[in-house]
Amino acid sequence: MLVALLAGLLPFVKMSLVVNGLVLASIIGLGAIGLTLIYGILNMANVAHGDYMTLGAYVALFFAGTLIPALGAEGGGIGPFTFGYPLLVAMPLSIAAVAAFAVAVDRLIYRRLRERGVNVVLVSMASLGVAIALRGLVQLIWSGDVQRLPRESREVWRLPMDVRVPPDSLFIAVVAIALVAATYLVLSRTKMGKAMRATADNPDLALVSGISTQRVIQWTWVMGAALAATAGVLLAVFQANIIPIMGWKFLIPLFAAVILGGVGSPYGALAGALIIGVTMEVSTQWINPSYKPAAAFALMLLVLLMRPRGLFGPRQ
Amino acid sequence: MALLEASEVVAGYGETEVLHGVSVVVDEGEVVTIIGPNGCGKSTLMKAVVGLVRVRSGGVAFRGAPIEGLPPERIVRTGLCYVPQTNNVFPSLTIRENLEMGAFVREGDYRTRMDEMFALFPDLTRQPNRRAGSLSGGQRQMLAIARALMLDPVLLLLDEPSAGLAPAMVSTVFERIREVNRAGVAVLLVEQNAWEALRMSDRGYLLVAGESRLEAAGRELLDDPDVARLYLGGRAT
Repeated sequence: MLVALLAGLLPFVKMSLVVNGLVLASIIGLGAIGLTLIYGILNMANVAHGDYMTLGAYVALFFAGTLIPALGAEGGGIGPFTFGYPLLVAMPLSIAAVAAFAVAVDRLIYRRLRERGVNVVLVSMASLGVAIALRGLVQLIWSGDVQRLPRESREVWRLPMDVRVPPDSLFIAVVAIALVAATYLVLSRTKMGKAMRATADNPDLALVSGISTQRVIQWTWVMGAALAATAGVLLAVFQANIIPIMGWKFLIPLFAAVILGGVGSPYGALAGALIIGVTMEVSTQWINPSYKPAAAFALMLLVLLMRPRGLFGPRQ
Repeated sequence: MALLEASEVVAGYGETEVLHGVSVVVDEGEVVTIIGPNGCGKSTLMKAVVGLVRVRSGGVAFRGAPIEGLPPERIVRTGLCYVPQTNNVFPSLTIRENLEMGAFVREGDYRTRMDEMFALFPDLTRQPNRRAGSLSGGQRQMLAIARALMLDPVLLLLDEPSAGLAPAMVSTVFERIREVNRAGVAVLLVEQNAWEALRMSDRGYLLVAGESRLEAAGRELLDDPDVARLYLGGRAT
């Protein structure tokens, strides 16, 4: 029914907003998958997830905007994209850095809380502390000013139906799809991926099967943080600027996507991201863009009223 | 030497103490059944042995070495595998993936063992890629036992394997358990279905209010008039 309603609206919607929405959705999707994986396995809402995205963007900025130019490497753009080769080098480095950071935070803070049997709500609150501390740290190192990745091109593609997209959008979508596919392969084909799903299904049975929960948790952070870091870099490319609060503001659509799709379900997170991303962009046709997240939340509430477990959530 | 020796085990959850000093022994190749009324601590004893519930005092020795206080993922490596009463499969994983997870700590190739399990539990062979969550109660129980057997244990702990199954399925499950035992695996069983379980057991324990009341050969427990009257009720449990 909802789908029919949305499809009915389509002729009245600017296609360029839909395209933009799909690009935004691919970024939301990357963040939301990590968020939902962490929830499924650790049972905690990682409120710092948005700030892991921010960290990813800034680390990439450090490599692409500061370190690599300082080493005297040629900036040079790639085809029509706004960014140059340095960003392609910076992205994997940023992923590694944020993953290491997430594992370290788990060791130092969350693991200690878990071992003391602290309530999961309090662990989530601890992640709020991590979020605020991390944002402060980012601001301390890089200042609160708006920063930009080096810009090499200003080309815009003109497509039929009055759609104008920057070539970067294609890059964002391709990277996002590749990472989602990689995540799917890890979860469905590798031993650790299956152990992660098993632990999310039934932690006690995973323990008595000999699955080391500690290692599962570690790899969950690695995957979740890697996806978040990528989402952060792509968001920096998408909105063409980097500010300390970018990830924190992104947390609302992330949670909306996770909840809409059904908490704990990676497929649900993807579906939720698509709906939230497109809704947010398309809503700007009628409402002030600063209310975008409100449109996403209204839609989420509507879906939950009809289907409380979300689109793909497990039956209670 | 006994295979498993739980002596004077005290355990519980939070403030509540459920087991007040329970002793149970399982010898190599035996089938031992623990019977007793609801809430007497049968399941807690199982969980204490496999490390899911902390042993507060007393000891658990397996093959002569103490295992109390070890984390579950270490205990399972010693050759002791456990099938919980409920939630005993990974519902979103396929049959094949469930078995693979059962073999998680197994070094090297587990495929031969998986084929053996498919031979032992033919109900699982037809759709190995079906999600465990969509299986019937009986199939699920078979899968749960097969998962626990993937590590080739010397002792299998089964918590109420017949609970909630249709009568025809109950005898199939018991028949499979007998086959597993004939292959040399000792079995420690907790059962509501006490008649059927005690008949195939070498020995039985009667657990009441967190204490072991009685230990006897399976047949003797069945024939004990008090036990029969108080704890076995009718056949229709």
